[in-house]
Amino acid sequence: MGHATIEWVYVGVVIAILVYVGADAWNIERLLEHAPEDAETIKVTGAQWVWTFEYEDGTREIGKLHLVKGQPYRFEITSVDVIHSFNIPDFAIMMDAVPGRINTIWLVPDQSGEYLIQCREYCGLSHYQMRGTLIVEEPSGEEGEANITSAAVEAPSKGATAVAS
Amino acid sequence: MVLEVKKPRPMWEILFSTHHTDVGLLYVYLSLTAFIIGGALAIAIRTELFLPGDAINIIPDSNTFHRIFTVHGTNMLFLWLIPFASGIGNYLIPIMVRYKDMAWPKLNAVAFWMIPVGMALIWLGFADTTWNAYPPYSIIRAPGPAAEMWIFGLKILGISSILGAINFIVTILRMKHPDLPLMKTSLFVWSTLVTSLMIIVAIPTFAAALIMLYTDRLGVSGFFNPAMGGDPIAYQHLFWFTFHPEVYIFLIPAVGMMYELIPKFSRKPIFSYQSGVAAFVLLAIVGFASWAHHMYATGMSFTEKTVFMVGTLAAVPASAMHVFNWIATMWGGRIKFAAPMSFAVGGLVLFFYAGAGGIVNTAMPLDFLTHDSYWVVGHFHLFVMGLVTFAFIGFIYYMFPFITGRMYSERAAMVQFWLMFVGVSMIFLTQHVLGLYGQPRRVFDYVPVQPLIIMNQISTVGAWITAAGAAIFVWNLIKSTVSGKPAKMDDPFAIGEQYYDYTRREPHH
Ligand code: HEM
Ligand SMILES: [Cu+2]
Ligand SMILES: [Cu+2]
Repeated sequence: MGHATIEWVYVGVVIAILVYVGADAWNIERLLEHAPEDAETIKVTGAQWVWTFEYEDGTREIGKLHLVKGQPYRFEITSVDVIHSFNIPDFAIMMDAVPGRINTIWLVPDQSGEYLIQCREYCGLSHYQMRGTLIVEEPSGEEGEANITSAAVEAPSKGATAVAS
Repeated sequence: MVLEVKKPRPMWEILFSTHHTDVGLLYVYLSLTAFIIGGALAIAIRTELFLPGDAINIIPDSNTFHRIFTVHGTNMLFLWLIPFASGIGNYLIPIMVRYKDMAWPKLNAVAFWMIPVGMALIWLGFADTTWNAYPPYSIIRAPGPAAEMWIFGLKILGISSILGAINFIVTILRMKHPDLPLMKTSLFVWSTLVTSLMIIVAIPTFAAALIMLYTDRLGVSGFFNPAMGGDPIAYQHLFWFTFHPEVYIFLIPAVGMMYELIPKFSRKPIFSYQSGVAAFVLLAIVGFASWAHHMYATGMSFTEKTVFMVGTLAAVPASAMHVFNWIATMWGGRIKFAAPMSFAVGGLVLFFYAGAGGIVNTAMPLDFLTHDSYWVVGHFHLFVMGLVTFAFIGFIYYMFPFITGRMYSERAAMVQFWLMFVGVSMIFLTQHVLGLYGQPRRVFDYVPVQPLIIMNQISTVGAWITAAGAAIFVWNLIKSTVSGKPAKMDDPFAIGEQYYDYTRREPHH
């Protein structure tokens, strides 16, 4: 029967697609594995229902994360109670915050502005409100509020840029 | 085929029967009830999300919302999908292997009667752990006694599944008529055999995890509690070692039903029986090699992620072979789009989308976009609501005349089909987009921006349309059972095909 031949060809095509997807995914993920050497380490701690950030110089912020555009950062993520998941949708950053473990992920923000930080793993009563703000500033000398005007124009609420890009 | 005049039998006789057709029907009634009440919870969830903020208040607070999606998920998987498949298995397997009943009829009835008990625990407890019940939340924060009732409910349902599976395996392998070689049995028999074997391998792991979860909650152990030196990720491995195979346990019986429906209504033999068997066996084995694809974001090493990605991709050709087999069977057939066939083909289409989305999840870097977002909700619902529920509904219409002696309303069934096909596509395809926009799953509220609002609204309207289809379904079943046209029992669908002796009822002992 010509039966079997058609099916083998079909299965061959399917396998070829899968091999392509797998190889490509492997290649990209491999590049994403290691943070750049000079990255600043930021400790991210999830707790019901807030995010706390601790910079290398020991300063801490709750619910707000200030980064500088073009700089590499390495996040060390953990939790003090239940599992949360540290998520910045606009930069495709996503890593579970697991109590008793430290997970790492890195980021070089390539755009200034304000972005949504949220929790992506169910963690109880206020899971849906466990949000924060990432503020990416321009690298130039002057710091702070002056630089985020462009994003503030269309960002009335802290989450507004979540889907804008 | 002998025509038996249907006399209504007293209810107690069916309730306390151990006959496989009665037990099978009990399973079907119970699971259909679960489908409808679980569906009502889903409508509540979607309605709440029609608008962000407090605009809609049918679910008063986030805790109630969490309880509702937990019970919805648990109910649909363990009280709709699993019992329905067991019900049809009970009804058909003895007929298909030509034995008078299941191997152990009493055990069979016991396995069934455990289900209402588990169901009561889950519904009365109304836990908020999500159906995954990840620790430490489920041990240090989830309120009792709901969480305990959930644990015991699942425990009981798990044991019931294992007893049922043993019975199926023995019935198929040992009680099969000696003149009937296994390679001549229907593909539905194969699907039940393979599913049962998977249940026996997969479920004990989760059963053990449930006990550990319980003792952790009591505080006498700390297996998964980091405060006591335990590891919550260990639970996730145990959980997914059971539940990734379990997703195929949900799937395979529906695939078996499609193999009954598609050739009949295409009026052609199956394109390749061997390929169907091979795909079942392949999936059952390779399906055990991919569980941790649910855990990429827990902090696995690159090597671990790679291994589980390869394991997951390796299972895809088996599903693709089924799709090919169905399409090749329909190719050049004289297809009759009665309700059973329409649901089968609709399910096939949704299965294709679902599988394509699954491959995206599997590719490691992409999973960090989709994981724990609404994308995943869309992905698995295309399977469980798309393919599996569609195949089940098609099969209900298919068996309807043989069980009731009457015909359902074909017009109403087709209206239902289109409502459901459009509705389900609207709900779950848009949820993929929501996920890409970054909306997390299991949220009581979302950021009030236009793109999210629009997609959520499409999804909710789809849910209402689907609910309208479901209402017609229930009405059709009840109305036609009571006063449908008498069916032509030798060929109710007028397709000139041979059927199994579905109305057979062998005396017991
Ligand atoms: C082509 C075959 C399939 C592939 C490649 C696939 C792949 C995946 C992957 C990688 C995930 C994890 C997504 C994430 O959370 O990041 C996932 C989730 C899921 N899949 Fe599939 N899948 C397939 C078939 C199925 C089938 C047949 C079912 C059920 C009938 C199913 C049900 C589920 C469920 C329930 C989840 C989510 C579980 C949860 O987190 O609550 N999948 N799938
Ligand atoms: Cu959370
Ligand atoms: Cu899986």
